[in-house]
Amino acid sequence: MGFLNKHQILERSPTLLLVASFLVVSIGGIVEIAPLFYLENTIEKVEGVRPYSPLELTGRDIYVREGCYNCHSQMIRPMRDEVERYGHYSLAAESMYDHPFQWGSKRTGPDVARVGGRYSDAWHVDHLSDPQSVVPESIMPKYSFLSDVAIDGKYVQDLLETHRMVGVPYTDEMIDNAQADFAAQADPDSDWDDLVARYPKAVISNFDGQALLTEMDALIAYLQMLGTLVDFSTFTPDASR
Amino acid sequence: MTDKNQDIDQETGVETTGHDWDGIKELNNPLPRWWLWCFYLTIVWGIGYVIAYPAWPLVNGATAGLLGYSTRAEVATEIARFDDLNADLRTALAAADMTTLGEDQDLQRFAVAGGAAVFRANCSQCHGSGANGAKGYPNLLDDDWLWGGDIETIVYSIRHGIRNELDDDAHYSQMPAFGEILETEEISALVQHVRSLSGAEYDAGLAATGADLFLENCSDCHGETGLGDREQGAPNLADAIWLYGGDPATLEQTITYSRFGVMPPWGTRQVNAVAAYVHQLGGGE
Repeated sequence: MGFLNKHQILERSPTLLLVASFLVVSIGGIVEIAPLFYLENTIEKVEGVRPYSPLELTGRDIYVREGCYNCHSQMIRPMRDEVERYGHYSLAAESMYDHPFQWGSKRTGPDVARVGGRYSDAWHVDHLSDPQSVVPESIMPKYSFLSDVAIDGKYVQDLLETHRMVGVPYTDEMIDNAQADFAAQADPDSDWDDLVARYPKAVISNFDGQALLTEMDALIAYLQMLGTLVDFSTFTPDASR
Repeated sequence: MTDKNQDIDQETGVETTGHDWDGIKELNNPLPRWWLWCFYLTIVWGIGYVIAYPAWPLVNGATAGLLGYSTRAEVATEIARFDDLNADLRTALAAADMTTLGEDQDLQRFAVAGGAAVFRANCSQCHGSGANGAKGYPNLLDDDWLWGGDIETIVYSIRHGIRNELDDDAHYSQMPAFGEILETEEISALVQHVRSLSGAEYDAGLAATGADLFLENCSDCHGETGLGDREQGAPNLADAIWLYGGDPATLEQTITYSRFGVMPPWGTRQVNAVAAYVHQLGGGE
């Protein structure tokens, strides 16, 4: 063990010890940190994934505020039982505009990664207002107050700009029209053609069934688009991942 | 630890580190062998794992690993394995003439068992885990059907859904909101007539006025005697089975604002199984 005994040389020279320590830490750093710069390369390119519309993004904020992620995951794992129950396993690209992502880690309630389009808007209103009225065995709390909180999208432009700051590719056009799009999505009588051009597959509906634009509208708009962006009839994920 | 430093502690017979702090010395006990070898083993294991399995994201995607393992391939294999186990029954069910499904006992049992599982995962949220429905979501156990209770209509309803915007072939009809057409008093009269149809308590005076209004406004869809019309999904009003409620307040609300129950389309996969399950619940025709 002659080689190992040479550490006295390092230990008795502070300069040499500093240089050698730095060398070791650098190697560790390169091995652990450098691959993270290429993390983007592991997200396969998937057609259809777009940034959230202003109303959906607001609904997403409500989802986070109410702590929905504490009981609902948004991550269908590549396992047979999950794919059979919830649909196609989640792709990394499907949450690439999430800041922060809502994968969650606990399922007291079911996964909601592909809940969009599965139930009617009216069901969501019934269910969020009083979950036990439609699912008697549910232990989910009531969120009926969402129907009483009016929202006007006053700061939604700032919200979009903030998301652009962290890398979501919102265009200037999207940001300029944020507040108009916000109101248009919950009003089927509005002129929403431009909105759908900007945010393909956006669901236009008076989600909560009342004239007032409320947090209930925003949350349901968000829920109704979850997992609907990728068309799995035309897109086949890379099988070797 | 150096060769020169052979200072042995008298008490224990163990070599010291050679450091001396006011007469206090430190024993230089080696690490336990088993611990040291386990430590080396984890290093070897770590390197081996990185080589064998997908590990590092690099410039052109992540390293794939020598074993070629992939979670996606694994789940695909797993699904295919179970599909293959029942391949005969699956193919038979997909191609089956649903009207005569009952003649093949094995196929019927397979369809009902599979359909029940799919129903609990996808349909129970609205129709209830026992298929008994909820306010606004039809009970599938009784023989009251909005669009029809024969097996082929059930298949169609599940496949295309009802009043949704996702499927152009979905069942569609819309009751007008009579709050914009009739006066409040007229609606109250109609409520009493509708209640009279199913033998509920009603106000005879108002119901007489309501009967005329019914013929004028409602009978096109619900029929003159209120028996409904499955072509249009118009409910039977004479059977005392209510989707939203038969009390005067709910009826008034229904007539004033109308209802618009939506069911999503469920595609084609496993629809036959769910239909077979629903059909045998009790109300199937």
